[in-house]
Amino acid sequence: MKDTYPKMYLYKRIVQAKMFIDEHFAEQIDIDNIADEACFSKFHFIRIFKKTYGKTPHQYLTYTRLENAKQLLKKDMSVTEVCFAVSFDSLSSFTGLFKREVGITPSEYRSQQLTLKNDIKNKPSKYVPGCFASKFAQFKNSNSQEVNS
Amino acid sequence: MISKISHSCIFVLDQDSAYDFYVNKLGFNVITDASFGEKGRWLTVSPKETKGFEIVLMAAKAGMMFDESSAEAMRGLINSGKMGGASYECEDIYATYEELKTKGVNFTKEPTKEFYGIAAVFTDDSGNWASLTQKK
Repeated sequence: MKDTYPKMYLYKRIVQAKMFIDEHFAEQIDIDNIADEACFSKFHFIRIFKKTYGKTPHQYLTYTRLENAKQLLKKDMSVTEVCFAVSFDSLSSFTGLFKREVGITPSEYRSQQLTLKNDIKNKPSKYVPGCFASKFAQFKNSNSQEVNS
Repeated sequence: MISKISHSCIFVLDQDSAYDFYVNKLGFNVITDASFGEKGRWLTVSPKETKGFEIVLMAAKAGMMFDESSAEAMRGLINSGKMGGASYECEDIYATYEELKTKGVNFTKEPTKEFYGIAAVFTDDSGNWASLTQKK
């Protein structure tokens, strides 16, 4: 990769900025500071970040917060707890943005996911394709036996 | 007429370790994680932008799909580096390569220009190889 060394140097800084967002999404992140840390002008940083990841750093931060919010909602945390855990300023902005991006409200998503989680727990073979299930001699038993195992 | 593929298996040595690799390092979503108690665990994952296709992280151990002798044979193949073959795509291979390297993923081939794009090869935590491609 000799001819790509300068490019890799550039990538290292952009990737570090992306990974910083991945790790610190729950804090109040200042995009200007990230650009400074990455030794870019803000304009240059935003342009290269978007070229690499298809989103501006701010869009990526919001996306990361929503993705993590989805994971926390699956864990049975309340919508309010999740909202502040991923560093949204208000419940209304969180709910509005979540609905716009995911298509349903956080509470609807939470309810849907908890129902799914319980169903997987109680009837796991429902989620295994029949071709695999037939391979598993043990699975020929009923769902109730699976749950009790 | 076959219209779609829904599942395909990657055989792994340890499902907990595979979960950590595919979810925390590669960033895949968990689609189903269902316990069958002592009978086993049905664990499927998928790259974030892939819809309707699940990678089954199947334990190479006696129980679900194997008897003990075939499980041992499968573990031998995995340990020898002969298993794998998954082919993943990304938008920007240099950025993806840099991030995965930072997270400790082992690359056996650095991003290299090929006639079809830029390709790299890495191994998962079990030793299954997989290619990563940025298409032209």
